[in-house]
Amino acid sequence: MLLSKVPLHSRRIAANQIRSNARTSSTLLEPTAYSSSNPEPPYATLGSTTKLNLFSAVNSALKTALETDPTAILFGEDIAFGGVFRCSQGLRDEFGEGRVFNTPLSENGIAGMAVGYASAGGTAIGEIQFGDYIFPAMDQIVNEMAKFRFRSGNQWNCGGVTLRAPCGAVGHGGLYHSQSPEAYLAHTPGLVVVMPRGPRCAKGLLLSSIRSKDPVVFLEPKVTFTNVSIWLRLSYSHLRCFIFQILYRSAVEEVPDADYEIPLGKAEVMREGTDVTIVGWGAQLRTLETACDLAAKEGISCELIDLRTILPWDSKTILESVMKTGKLIVSHEAPITCGFGAEIVATMQQECFFCLEAPIQRVCGYDTPFGLVYEKYYLPDEKKNLDAIRKVMELSR
Amino acid sequence: MSSDSATFDLTGSFETYNLESSPSDTITMSKSELLSHFELMYTMRRMEITCDNEYKARNIRGFCHLYDGQEAVATGINAAFDPEDSWITSYRCHCTALARGGSVSSVLGELFGNVGGQTKGKGGSMHFYNKAHNFFGGQGIVGAQVPVGLGLAFANHYNATPGKPMQVAIACYGDGAANQGQIWESANMASLWKLPMIFCIENNHYGMGTSMDRHSSHSDYYKMGNHIPGLRVDGMNILAVKEGMRFVKDYVGGGNGPMYVEMMTYRYHGHSMSDPGTTYRNREEIALTRSTRDPLEFVKRTLIEANFADAEEIKEIEKRIRKEVADEVKVAKASSPPTIEPHLFEYVYTSGGGKEQNEFPPHIRMPDFAKSKFY
Ligand SMILES: Cc1ncc(C[n+]2csc(CCOP(=O)(O)OP(=O)(O)O)c2C)c(N)n1
Ligand SMILES: [Mg+2]
Repeated sequence: MLLSKVPLHSRRIAANQIRSNARTSSTLLEPTAYSSSNPEPPYATLGSTTKLNLFSAVNSALKTALETDPTAILFGEDIAFGGVFRCSQGLRDEFGEGRVFNTPLSENGIAGMAVGYASAGGTAIGEIQFGDYIFPAMDQIVNEMAKFRFRSGNQWNCGGVTLRAPCGAVGHGGLYHSQSPEAYLAHTPGLVVVMPRGPRCAKGLLLSSIRSKDPVVFLEPKVTFTNVSIWLRLSYSHLRCFIFQILYRSAVEEVPDADYEIPLGKAEVMREGTDVTIVGWGAQLRTLETACDLAAKEGISCELIDLRTILPWDSKTILESVMKTGKLIVSHEAPITCGFGAEIVATMQQECFFCLEAPIQRVCGYDTPFGLVYEKYYLPDEKKNLDAIRKVMELSR
Repeated sequence: MSSDSATFDLTGSFETYNLESSPSDTITMSKSELLSHFELMYTMRRMEITCDNEYKARNIRGFCHLYDGQEAVATGINAAFDPEDSWITSYRCHCTALARGGSVSSVLGELFGNVGGQTKGKGGSMHFYNKAHNFFGGQGIVGAQVPVGLGLAFANHYNATPGKPMQVAIACYGDGAANQGQIWESANMASLWKLPMIFCIENNHYGMGTSMDRHSSHSDYYKMGNHIPGLRVDGMNILAVKEGMRFVKDYVGGGNGPMYVEMMTYRYHGHSMSDPGTTYRNREEIALTRSTRDPLEFVKRTLIEANFADAEEIKEIEKRIRKEVADEVKVAKASSPPTIEPHLFEYVYTSGGGKEQNEFPPHIRMPDFAKSKFY
């Protein structure tokens, strides 16, 4: 109905022109530049920046994608008005309702439609309102999206699909607004699963995801959003200080205005260190930074790694780090059993068993549903992480 | 006509689809019945307003979806149902919980996150259940309650006594939910197997911020079941809801297969507490509904016109209920948050089987940080 208003053929011609332009004007940030002691130098080469929080950085990436690729369409529940987290704010007005439109409440339909549109050559950017609602769409994601290239012998693929969904705890989300589904998705060969930790890498990773030749599920940690108060409100007194601390510190970053991509499948060494390697992703890195600070006060030097792409994951960067430190801690919000941490631990003990100086630790969510009043206890906070850091230090003595 | 009961006209309250019979154009109700409906509805209204206030006072956190405006629907369904009938609904479930055997303190207690709440503070706003009243709860996932409702209908069908009417199952969901794929799957099965299933769409015209005409290609929800018969009911009129549901219960309980029911209603509050509810619909629309179709004003008028009560008596009842609600809130507040042990770890699996209270192997419970030597 809405789509029929768009003159398809003219769009396609424009698509080819703009596509070739766009390709040359986008900068790829090489991962090698990260591991030096000068953190994130490539950003400096990108010119002007704007202070943005995560949702406006996502907005900026979506805008760039729509500008540079006329086949790109954006759709999801309530997104024409900006969406629950305001990630698509203003985009309908700018790009028209033929390209930025609301869908009914139909997650499996959203995912399936994205597969179809992408298979026909388009760039489909779908939004699942909350990561918790990705489960109704799992059939399309797992059985259709992830396998299309393989099962058609590479005749068809739906690399043009990017499904975005906010994930993680916010302090009061309860059972259905707090989950981190990355491990379910990571169990699906053919998918790419990405989770940024903050505004700046969100933009570059999202643009890479949208332009990737493989279908991507892009999970956006809600806790790094600032203005979540549109629908959510952080209010509960004993949690407030805890959550706000995370929110504010990570709230804004200088995000380049340019069109840039951060390669998928590459982890980032956020901090170099010599004693313990700590791996995390998404909002958990905020907690881990605090834990590293606390450990530093005790004279422990932690190397902190942001995995960034959960599938396919960058075992090399972690391996190199563990070879150096001899100790590894993996931390994530999702329940511990079969969390993605388990995969990292299994691989690392296989690859570098003899250089380990202490048993690898996992600091994760409990194996329970996400009960409303338990969030504070549930979360693998900086104290639990500090505890694990001290433990591996002591065991390696 | 005795002053203890009266007959009310329901002309224009129903539209039918694919049906040979229809609900009656009148309903007879006793004074005490109508008064009890009014009391329940007024309690619901007060409770939801209290939730609003407590939320703003930051005593309730998280997601909170209010039902004010829709009170006649839950009240009318409950009035037509037996406690043995199964009921499952969406996250907008505070008032259904109240109708189905809950108390204001058990609802508010849950919202406060206290052990006195209906699920011991584990769930919060969207999670109310009552086994004794066959209330299978609110569901956080839009549409998920409908196939589950189908299973309830199947159970009622399976367990029915031959020759007797079956207990029915109702799944309530919204106009936005109505296009979830799993609902179409359920409709087919319910019809194929002639289950005593009621697909009840509470049409409040909006799914979050998206109005009906923007999210559904079909606006006659009662006709959405294709060959499944349908009934549209004035969901702001408790009398019509009750008579309509009586008819529907007889029909589906009599082995005639499922029915689609569309309750025409309206929510006064925004979708949830942080939605002001005025950006995608105008204030005039809300004001007009309040002044012309308010379900509580309707009952009050009806009580007066039938000589069941005068304005003064109604005021007295309202005053009493306001106090009762306020007292219950105090009770709810007096309860405390659940402890971590055992509450966080209990009920993930059964605690039966002769094991200790906890079904969890300790190795996946993570280290006990409280006992850690470092922590
Ligand atoms: C599977 C799923 N998708 C999205 C949501 C978010 N969500 C919660 S309620 C809602 C709107 C539902 O509208 P409607 O069915 O009309 O019910 P109403 O809120 O009007 O009672 C949405 C989109 C959800 N809870 N579950
Ligand atoms: Mg609705």
